[in-house]
Amino acid sequence: MTSITDLISPGLVTTDLAATSAAAAIDELAGLLEADGRVNDRARYVEAVLAREQETGGTGMGSGIAIPHAKTDAVTRAAVAFGKSTRGIDFGSEDGAAADLVFLIAAPEGDDDLHVRVLSRLARRLIHDSFRTALREADSPEDLVGIMQREVEL
Amino acid sequence: MKLVAVTSCPTGIAHSEMAAEALETAARSKGHELHVEVQGAAGSPPLEPSLIAAAEAVIFAVDATVRDVERFAHLPKVEVRTRAAIDRAGQIIDQAVAAAEQAPAREGAPAAASGDGDHDVFGAVTGRGGSRGEEVRRWLMTGVSYMIPFVVGGGILIALSFVVSPGETGVVEVTEHQLFVAGEGVQWPGDLGVSFTTWLGVLLITIGGTAFSMLVPILAGFIAFAMADRPGIAPGVVGGLIAVQVEAGFLGGLVAGLAAGALVNLLKRVPARGTIKRMMPILVYPIVGTLAIGVLMFLIVGEPVAAANAALTDWLQGMSGTNQIVLGIILGLMMAFDMGGPVNKVAYAFGILAISAGEFQIMAAVMAAGMTPPLGMALSTVLRPRLYTTEEREAGEAAWVMGASFITEGAIPFAAADPIRVIPSLMAGSAVTAALSFTFNATLRAPHGGVWVIGIIGNWALYLVAIAIGTILTAVLVTTFKSMRKDEPTTPEVSAHA
Repeated sequence: MTSITDLISPGLVTTDLAATSAAAAIDELAGLLEADGRVNDRARYVEAVLAREQETGGTGMGSGIAIPHAKTDAVTRAAVAFGKSTRGIDFGSEDGAAADLVFLIAAPEGDDDLHVRVLSRLARRLIHDSFRTALREADSPEDLVGIMQREVEL
Repeated sequence: MKLVAVTSCPTGIAHSEMAAEALETAARSKGHELHVEVQGAAGSPPLEPSLIAAAEAVIFAVDATVRDVERFAHLPKVEVRTRAAIDRAGQIIDQAVAAAEQAPAREGAPAAASGDGDHDVFGAVTGRGGSRGEEVRRWLMTGVSYMIPFVVGGGILIALSFVVSPGETGVVEVTEHQLFVAGEGVQWPGDLGVSFTTWLGVLLITIGGTAFSMLVPILAGFIAFAMADRPGIAPGVVGGLIAVQVEAGFLGGLVAGLAAGALVNLLKRVPARGTIKRMMPILVYPIVGTLAIGVLMFLIVGEPVAAANAALTDWLQGMSGTNQIVLGIILGLMMAFDMGGPVNKVAYAFGILAISAGEFQIMAAVMAAGMTPPLGMALSTVLRPRLYTTEEREAGEAAWVMGASFITEGAIPFAAADPIRVIPSLMAGSAVTAALSFTFNATLRAPHGGVWVIGIIGNWALYLVAIAIGTILTAVLVTTFKSMRKDEPTTPEVSAHA
């Protein structure tokens, strides 16, 4: 059984993004993915994510959420990196609000398996206030991963 | 309201799923029923045709093209980007509801459909679904909504045949002649030796009767469709045809449809792989499903129905000569019980037999009792429209004409959708009307015709009073029973998400 713990670990979480722009935040989180061995070509992966941002006019969702993502063969194992930003980062959301919760999703090419299902379940949970609030209130990577695990696997 | 949506985005991981969740959540909070097809990487299986057919509007929350978009061509549409759906899901649901309300009514679209695609033998009441009763009602409503055009088309044409050829001889003639003889072709007025208007009546009643012959097969077939999707249709229709053959009426059709749907769902559970799995829908469901439903309907349903029929006929013969009020009540109860089914036919045949014996009160009572069911339902749809779906209200309009023309089948859509509340109400109204018809000493020498033979009804004014009283009684009872229902799923405001 694939679980969220295959996709995210405390090592893929930062509670304080240094970046102040969307591109920088994506690159910063991509660094975590690379360090964890999820991405074998960081530059190409980031390029794919930015292309997707361009295409959609930004993946900011309103309510402070951004979900930059890409599906590319620069990804070796499906993963999600998560960063909280105290200042907020502009991901071009329609409501103009800055994103303080950034999920960077990495999916390998041609992989329509259970990992993708877990990622999509995570995306679905983000619609719900209670989940976002819990993420905002938690302040350690371990707690954040725990919250996601609870939320996604229930 | 029932809605469907498609969400899609190029990668199909985040936005399409979030849009789906946002729309589902918003729909639920507004009391609508929304089924979403996510066309993405993980995605969801395609929406079942029955769900699309049942929906009143479609929402496309898409950043990419919708696959198989033609499936939704008939629905009012709201199209937005996934982001809009995520940010403003509530507004978009409202837009879709508004679009559905502004759209012209669709012909023959089902008012309801099967549950959420998770099929157990009886369609499984999943965590997301409503109660078992609600599920069953949804299946029945699907069958009924496909049947309604046949009822309306057939019923109105038959009524028209009496309009163009009214009176005792006219009604007798249109019911007796044959329009088309195999090997000989169309029988023209000259061949039949009748006037042109009578011939026109023969033409109309023949076409209308053909539509009526499909009522039960369509009802059964689409109940099975709602339960088991497309593989349910063939066994369901065949079961319905057999219900007609063994004269089990629409109640037999309900049994056939539910049994066929359950049967196919059972077959779907048989584990299979590879070639066998591919052959299941092509060979196994149609062959095994049809065989099993055939055996069930002929051997298990047909036999007792025939026996009960004979017993009922004997019993009724023994009743002649008893108290007329009692006889009226019995005939009324029988006429309304299954509307064209075996019990109704026994009572009707009893009336016809009495005519040939020169006793005309019985036929008058039988006809009056057969008129109040559609009339009572029509009145109820006017009294409390919100208790009925749009289609039922439309069927109610046609039911006025059918009731007035003694086409009892006009009430079948209502009875099939909600038998427990409707049938007793119909029986009560018919029983009172038939008893009153005897009391008022009304007589009728024609075997059919409704108000179109009013000229030959003895004591016709009081006869109409008897019909009006039964109609009002049925309408009041059925309206009351339906109002007492807690969930009232036909009104969007309170419909549960399923």
